[in-house]
Amino acid sequence: MMPAWLDRLLCNPWGVHPQDDRKRPAADNPLRHMPMPDRLYLPVQQHLGAPARPVVLVGQRVLKGQLLAEAQGNVSAAIHAPTSGTVAAIGEITAPHASGLPVLAITLAADGRDEWIALDEVADPFALSAEEIARRVAAAGIVGLGGATFPSALKLNVSRRAKIRTLIANGGECEPYLSCDDRLMRDEPEGIVEGLRLIACATGATEICIGIEENKPEAIAAMKHATRGQRDIEIHVLPARYPMGSEKQLIQQVTGIEVPADARPADVGVLVHNVGTALAVARAVRAGRPLIARVLTVAGGAVAAPGNIEVPLGTLVDEVIAFTGGLRREPARLVMGGPMMGTQLPHGRVPVVKGTSGLLALTAEETGVRPSGPCVRCSSCVGACPMGLLPLEMAARIRVGDLDGALALGLKDCLACGCCAWVCPSRIPLVQYFVHAKGDLAGRERDRLRQEATRKMAAARLERLEREAREKAEAAARRKAERARQKAAEAAAAAAAAQTAASEEGVSS
Amino acid sequence: MSAAIISLTVLGIVLGALLGVAARVFRVEGNPLVEEVNGLMPGSNCGNCGYPGCRAAAEAVVKGEAAITLCPPGGKALVAALAAKLGVSVDMNAVVDAGPRMAVVTEELCIGCCRCLKVCPTDAIVGAAKQIHSVLREACTGCEKCVDRCPTEALAMQPVPVTLQHWVFPKPASA
Amino acid sequence: MNRSEDFAPLPVEAPSASPHAHGGARVGRTMALVCLALTPATLFAFWAFGWPAVHLWWITVSGAVFGELFCLKLARRPVKPALGDGSAVLTGWLLALSLPPWAPWWIGVAGGLIATVFAKQVFGGLGQNPFNPAMVARVALLISFPVPMTFWVAPLPMHLAEAPGFVDGLRITLGAVPLPDALASATVLGFAKTELSRGLDLVQAFAAGHAPASPWHGLHAGSLGETSALLILAGGLFLIVKGVIGWHIPLAVLAAIGLPALLFHLIDPGRYLPASSHLLSGATMLGAFFIATDYVTSPNTRLGQILFAVGIGLLTFVIRTWGGYPEGMAFAVLLMNAMTPVIDRYVRPRILGRTAAGKPLEPVGKEA
Repeated sequence: MMPAWLDRLLCNPWGVHPQDDRKRPAADNPLRHMPMPDRLYLPVQQHLGAPARPVVLVGQRVLKGQLLAEAQGNVSAAIHAPTSGTVAAIGEITAPHASGLPVLAITLAADGRDEWIALDEVADPFALSAEEIARRVAAAGIVGLGGATFPSALKLNVSRRAKIRTLIANGGECEPYLSCDDRLMRDEPEGIVEGLRLIACATGATEICIGIEENKPEAIAAMKHATRGQRDIEIHVLPARYPMGSEKQLIQQVTGIEVPADARPADVGVLVHNVGTALAVARAVRAGRPLIARVLTVAGGAVAAPGNIEVPLGTLVDEVIAFTGGLRREPARLVMGGPMMGTQLPHGRVPVVKGTSGLLALTAEETGVRPSGPCVRCSSCVGACPMGLLPLEMAARIRVGDLDGALALGLKDCLACGCCAWVCPSRIPLVQYFVHAKGDLAGRERDRLRQEATRKMAAARLERLEREAREKAEAAARRKAERARQKAAEAAAAAAAAQTAASEEGVSS
Repeated sequence: MSAAIISLTVLGIVLGALLGVAARVFRVEGNPLVEEVNGLMPGSNCGNCGYPGCRAAAEAVVKGEAAITLCPPGGKALVAALAAKLGVSVDMNAVVDAGPRMAVVTEELCIGCCRCLKVCPTDAIVGAAKQIHSVLREACTGCEKCVDRCPTEALAMQPVPVTLQHWVFPKPASA
Repeated sequence: MNRSEDFAPLPVEAPSASPHAHGGARVGRTMALVCLALTPATLFAFWAFGWPAVHLWWITVSGAVFGELFCLKLARRPVKPALGDGSAVLTGWLLALSLPPWAPWWIGVAGGLIATVFAKQVFGGLGQNPFNPAMVARVALLISFPVPMTFWVAPLPMHLAEAPGFVDGLRITLGAVPLPDALASATVLGFAKTELSRGLDLVQAFAAGHAPASPWHGLHAGSLGETSALLILAGGLFLIVKGVIGWHIPLAVLAAIGLPALLFHLIDPGRYLPASSHLLSGATMLGAFFIATDYVTSPNTRLGQILFAVGIGLLTFVIRTWGGYPEGMAFAVLLMNAMTPVIDRYVRPRILGRTAAGKPLEPVGKEA
């Protein structure tokens, strides 16, 4: 590793290189397993896409691993019970989200028996067809555990159809503090390799590259040992720079290919999966186990004993932190995820979800929050941006409300990785400008669709009124014609009767 | 000296004549700008702006009789679009956007008279005679026409609740 | 949908987006490092030119700070953060380094006020000014008061008996005592321009006895900041190692002055000064390391900054050689500052996944 100043002098690459990645001693502590809490809260939306639909009722008894909510459509994922117990409620709880808004969740009261449902185990998972592997992955509710929470089965199917060639395992874990993937690679390297092979089977990939950052020598050694002698799997040691674990940057570093804008990695024959997801896939396909727990890192200056914990999904954040040893002092900020892209939590009474890679209780010094000053146009952000954008220019336009100007500068390509705000000497919250603008633009698009819908509804109403008026007029005309016809018929009948009477009279007289 | 006067006068006459010809030959019938502005309007003809329908409002805005902030249901997005279309500068931060609002029926007060039903420009109110009415959230545009019609004041405007999917980070305060 | 009795959604007051950590960079730290880098050259200049230079320095810096304070109060903006970041002090310091050492006090005050009030605060404060404030002030003074701004003195080191003391120095700066003519001297660039305008050959002129010397240690006539070019260079290298400035801008400026100078001197040594004179005299070093690298007025991208620096170098050489003024750095900087928005508009980094024009790349073939 080059000293930072020489690195800067010679190539000045994108990204940021925190001097202290703050992963140790948490990464070196052995994995702890959290005992099952009394209550678990499982939001129906723990993934990208449509929320899952509950298939259980309040008061119903469920077994461990039982389906609680089914996926709605392709871009969705199922939710399973982390333990046996009773469904205590299906209602709104505070979402693990910065807004503190409610989300629908299934509350499970554990009965302490931890009874598994009958699992569908397979002796030789590699004998299964690709579609069957994907089906099992979907049935297990597996989503990307690196934090993106994209439904994995959908990714497998899309990649298979796109005939990808290379599978890249993301062991980067570039965020400071986090070490859950590091821990998994050290403890379960064979499981990860099996999962990667299953994914390769399910998608038709012929080569597997495992990318691990150089600040994890023990994980590199463990994975190298697990893949020794296997020709089609390679370990790539990556420079320790944030955001090396970001998909596009990882693909470029490992294969040299640049994923085009607005395209997916599948379009260039590549698929990326987190190592934790691979392990979950192995467990799901071989043992039939659904995703009901995950490893996460509890860290931060306010935490008494940082380390990695395996936690059942739905456990409250407060309980997880209390299990690790509690807080040393009042945190200035509670973050779910890493410090660079994680979400600020409103309080600790929110549940751990599938995408929770870490829980950080940060002190004020660690967050580095200070009043922001004016932009000095130092362009440190331009040098740090991994996508080649101009953060200072985009923020200047967003500040005055010129969202289209910001779009023209490449706002859509922004990853919200946080490198720009991390280096800004004026402490400008650049990422907040960008996510705010993206949200506003999405709202504008929704408004535009709404306007079109309103126009259609107003036109439909006018058409309805016209149609009613027309039908009324037709009905009135019909009635009039009917009456006229009746009258004519009566008149004709009367005339005929009169004529008959007259002719009868004529005859008789 | 006289040469300068004569040449400039001739030049003025020739150019003026050219302009006059161009004004005739390249004349544009009607004002296509009104059509474009009408396209930006919500199109529900609610009358909130005080003009009889969105087209009349578009004409007024193009003529300059009405401010571009005239349409409450259009919100900030409409103000920005009109400013861009008409080349008018507007301080977006000063535009008050009350946020999307929708009509809500207080069910205890509704007598099922159907008066509000008939005036809703998008048929957002469902109900029948002597049945309690209700407003369809997705169809309501916030034009407020129904609120005045109700004899028992059962209808009121409320802000549309923000959901997790639609929540947006606030813009950071400038230094 | 019923609310679960355990929870009620709590609205969070102004939640913050990520990141929730920071690299520790501060504007104040940057300014402090730059001031630190200027200190060796400044102290040398104080020693070389004596107490009048010291007084001029603190009067100029005070003028700049006062100008900023006045504008902040007028605009009812918080004073502490704006003054506390040290940018006004740095502006005043850079301006002081470009003034003649024994200039009268009102030059310093006027310069400091022009720099912060007219070149910075009227545009909106730090980060908003299109032109480098120190250079704007220098040019304004040069054009308005050409005589005091070109009265150069030969160095009179402090330890010498005839050098003025603290109080005498103050008297000189305050204009209470007329400047002795005997001390007047010419700078190398000024001398060269004068001799050329008289039609003399440069080689002969410098060989003659009355030519100004320009020893490597910097004890020669000139402004405070141009005397010890080597100490300025050392300060600049310090800033590069510390990561405050990049090496590309200074290198580009020096190359853009040095290479044409070398070329022309080889063609005709009689009419054109050698590259070493160009690089070691005048504001070259100060401009290359401290003025052209100013964050606010230089372009955003690396390539843009290099173009900017090359422009400054070339324009400086052109003005020095063929222009009316002996020193062209200030004008060159201002002219290139005006070009910065244009450079920024056309020189943009390539977005990952897109071509230089902004269109998405074509997907690389999937065939093995």
